[in-house]
Amino acid sequence: MRTLLPFLKPYRKECVLAPLFKLLEAVLELFVPLIMAAIIDNGIQARDTGYVLRMGLGLAGLGLLGFVSSVTAQYFAARAAVGFAAKLKSALFRHIQGLSYTELDTLGASTLINRMTTDMNQVQTGVNMTLRLLLRSPFVVLGAMVMAFTVDARTALIFLALIPLLGLTVAGMMRLTLPGHRKVQGQLDRVLVHTRENLTGVRVLRAFGKQESEQAAFDADNQLLCRMQRRVGALSALMNPLTYVLVNGALAALLWSGAIQVQAGLLTQGAVVALVNYLSQILVELVKFANLIVTITKSIACAGRIEGVMATRASMPMPAAPAAAQAGADVCVRFEDVSARYQGAGADSLSHISFAARRGQTVGVIGGTGSGKTTLVNLIPRFYDVSAGRVLVDGVDVREQRVEDLRRKIAVVPQKAVLFQGTIRDNLRWGDLDATDEALWRALEAAQAAEVVRAKPGGLDEMVEQGGRNLSGGQRQRLTIARALVRRPEILILDDSASALDYATDAALRKSLRALDWPVTVFIVSQRASSIRHADVIVVLDDGELAGLGTHDELLKTCPVYQEIYSSQYPKEAV
Amino acid sequence: MKTTSSRKDTLRGVLAYVGHYRGYLWASLVLCVITVASTLYVPILTGDAVDLLLGPGAVDFAALWPILAGILALVALTALAQWLMGLCNNRLTYCTVRDIRRDAFAHIQRLPLSYLDRQPTGDVVSRVIADVDQFADGLLMGFTQLFTGVLTIVGTLFFMFSVNAVIAAAVVVITPLSLVAAAFIARRTFKMFTLQTRTRGEQTALIDEMVTHQKVVRAFSMEDETQRRFDEVNERLEKCSLRAIFYSSLTNPATRFVNALVYACVGVAGALVAVTTGGITVGQLSAFLSYANQYTKPFNEISGVVTELQSALACAGRVLDLIAQPPETPDAPAELKHVDGSVALRDVSFSYTPERELIRHLNLAVSPGQRIAIVGPTGCGKTTLINLLMRFYDVDEGRIELSGQCVADVTRKSLRSAYGMVLQDTWLKAGTIRDNIKMGREDATDDEVIAAAKATHAHSFIKRLPEGYDTVITEDGGSLSQGQKQLLCITRVMLCLPPMLILDEATSSIDTRTEQRIQRAFEKLMTGRTSFIVAHRLSTIENADVILVMNQGDVVEQGTHGELLARGGFYARLYLSQFEQ
Repeated sequence: MRTLLPFLKPYRKECVLAPLFKLLEAVLELFVPLIMAAIIDNGIQARDTGYVLRMGLGLAGLGLLGFVSSVTAQYFAARAAVGFAAKLKSALFRHIQGLSYTELDTLGASTLINRMTTDMNQVQTGVNMTLRLLLRSPFVVLGAMVMAFTVDARTALIFLALIPLLGLTVAGMMRLTLPGHRKVQGQLDRVLVHTRENLTGVRVLRAFGKQESEQAAFDADNQLLCRMQRRVGALSALMNPLTYVLVNGALAALLWSGAIQVQAGLLTQGAVVALVNYLSQILVELVKFANLIVTITKSIACAGRIEGVMATRASMPMPAAPAAAQAGADVCVRFEDVSARYQGAGADSLSHISFAARRGQTVGVIGGTGSGKTTLVNLIPRFYDVSAGRVLVDGVDVREQRVEDLRRKIAVVPQKAVLFQGTIRDNLRWGDLDATDEALWRALEAAQAAEVVRAKPGGLDEMVEQGGRNLSGGQRQRLTIARALVRRPEILILDDSASALDYATDAALRKSLRALDWPVTVFIVSQRASSIRHADVIVVLDDGELAGLGTHDELLKTCPVYQEIYSSQYPKEAV
Repeated sequence: MKTTSSRKDTLRGVLAYVGHYRGYLWASLVLCVITVASTLYVPILTGDAVDLLLGPGAVDFAALWPILAGILALVALTALAQWLMGLCNNRLTYCTVRDIRRDAFAHIQRLPLSYLDRQPTGDVVSRVIADVDQFADGLLMGFTQLFTGVLTIVGTLFFMFSVNAVIAAAVVVITPLSLVAAAFIARRTFKMFTLQTRTRGEQTALIDEMVTHQKVVRAFSMEDETQRRFDEVNERLEKCSLRAIFYSSLTNPATRFVNALVYACVGVAGALVAVTTGGITVGQLSAFLSYANQYTKPFNEISGVVTELQSALACAGRVLDLIAQPPETPDAPAELKHVDGSVALRDVSFSYTPERELIRHLNLAVSPGQRIAIVGPTGCGKTTLINLLMRFYDVDEGRIELSGQCVADVTRKSLRSAYGMVLQDTWLKAGTIRDNIKMGREDATDDEVIAAAKATHAHSFIKRLPEGYDTVITEDGGSLSQGQKQLLCITRVMLCLPPMLILDEATSSIDTRTEQRIQRAFEKLMTGRTSFIVAHRLSTIENADVILVMNQGDVVEQGTHGELLARGGFYARLYLSQFEQ
């Protein structure tokens, strides 16, 4: 919770005012019996109608004042809680967006989503309730104790013993239930994973007729969640009875010691009544307090989970003094003895790769499944860091450049064609937020996607559903290519982006990429020899190692791996 | 999705769920009666005890001991009853919530794809997870405090009537004013809560989308823009949350204010009566007032609970709404038997939206064991055809027959198990590699799994993973490459060997050498199995028995590779285009 407190800072005023007004209300309530006593003592005894009416108005006034201060307190508490949660949520979202690919790979989407939603809600409720009630209860309890001391200091020692005991009980309960609450949230993550999977993988799961077994798996985890909730609930439910026993034990002790002192003439009957009244005030307050503690404990557990994400540091160090890239350097991208390994992997995905791509060249990257093609191009925009060697873009190591500047000149078309909810125009503008419609159409033409958009009744305003589910795979892929071209990047990376395109479209696409009206270095990752055979440089990967480097004709002569790939696709021309 | 159910429907729905645990509800009520009665009785005992402390030397210790013992016994009983009540309430709440989640999940299994394809994943997830969670909180608080509050009112009433019936009646008549105030606010805030939950759902959908595809966001350096969009929704949510929380929290001060006014009026009226006519004694008045005060307190608490229940109901409404969505048409009871592999489409028409026709009067006859290649420009309806074959969507008109049986007349499960499907969109579940491969056949032995993986050449890369077949992959594959994921999807089908195959770009991300190596396995797989293949690879297409050339939802040409080339039509142009460079 501690590291989250700075997010309450902008609401310092609210955090002070809310409990203050709540206290004011509590104090005002104390005046009511006094005024009533005055009415009885002065008004009725003196038969003064005017006095009765004035005091009556006073009572109403107190009520109104109490109402106003209570409303004020609620307002400030709500503002602080909601504002705090909103700020924290925004910061957490920003933090998630700053995590590097490695962390994203290991954390997984489900738990991040849960922490952004349910955990946040719990924390918000916790802050709200704390601000409203947390001060009030100890205030009333301590106030009652002070009042008890004014009645009779010796008997009040019972209060002095009771209050630390109560404090211990509350703290102990929080301690005991906290791990339980944390576990519950963890289990909720699992239930969330099931739910999400059955939405994202619905076709595959139904194709395999997995509904029943998925339901069984869900039921098992759901049942476990229920059991965990009940277990921690059973502990929390002890809170109220325990405090009740403590306070009433103190009551019995008070009556006993009171009896002895009254017998000895040290205390009056009236004083005992007063002391009993203060004890019952404490009891009433504690009932509310116990419920509050359960809520707070729960939200502390959730806050801990949020802190967990916040404490996950991006593993990618940013340069303190970024170096400027050499604009217009002849060599655009250079790999120097590069090796790369994924976190937790047993072996390098790439080892000792060296090559250079000159500005304006087209580089083909080819190799078997899992040979490291995607890993290689992911190093250029620094999505991952190398484990050895270095990658230079425009003559400077990517690790020494400002990552925003680096990525601004690169456009990537990922393997999985992902589009977002919004219009086609919104999606294309990801490439460049200020692009005009004209520029968008030019990009669409080049990406062979213009007819796709033209065929839509809404044109650029056509809505794309989440994940682009209302478009076919090929349509999505062409739109993602257009999105990359809108950026007019210096480096364009096509990561097997033409796999869903038919040959004709693929060929037309490659033709138009060669005719772009700005100098662009293109990396084409592909399975198809036809897609890369005209590249200026072809990088042949085999199991993470550089198996060949050169043009199509050179490789056909010298590189056995390339020969094998080529002949597998053009059996008739086999060498 | 609109919130179609009204508050009353929601309440009825919730009560139906709670009704399953009627026994615990009654037990909780009985325990509550015990708790409240003994809680109210302790002060009377205390009073009795105080009455014994008359003064120096006059304390009746002999009478005091039994009273103190009585208090302690009563307290022990109350504490026990309270705890047991807590357990009952816990069980009641968490089991109800479990049931709702179970039903929601079960319903997701039955919802048609036409609904799921349209609904943002995050929104549905938010309903099943966050909304239900919020609902549980409200429900638990409701059970715990509502009963106690109501019973305390009933208890005080009992004591009040036993003192003075007329005064009690007067108080009873006046206090509902605060309830009126509470109800007034509750009605107004329910709408705000609904707006809050809806906005929250919208935010969750955005979070889901952006977190899931975070890498794309990163690739385009769209962090700032995404953050801007997030903050926009976040600010809206902040505003409507603040409104919902603040206005609902007015209930408590408002009822208290009303009560304070009642108290003042009663006091003044009583005093005036005493002053002018002397019709009430001071003692009566003070008793009257203290009871009035005692009696109204639970009303305040109840009004607080009502607020919480408002929010809980709004959340319950969203998940119940999901459960109330019309499910797929029920399955016909018959199982699909004797799959010989013949497929016939008779006069099939289909469209996703009524405004845009897609497939019109499509006819197609496939003989057992044939290999059908479906080709055509992107977006021509190839995937739609698969949706219809697998019955992910139902045809609008016409019928599809499998081995002479209309697909609508057999269970979906038996129909789908006749097909082995590999889609271009690879999807793996969180779990071990082994679990993923065994998805189609849970009872497969390890040897069978390995044999299947060897056939698809997935074995070599699985072997190199840190834990081999027991390597746990995160949702959607983590750092596996697209091609590796695809190999796993193929292995999955290879293991269960269904009588028919649907391969939608099944090898698009696999390199050609591996593809060639697994080709033999594929050949074996396809022999004697009717196969629908969407592919761009010429070799696959050339070897097909029938090529369906689709364009704009229609089959424009149909025949073998040679026939179609000779015809010099759409297919021939498509085929030749790859050589023009």
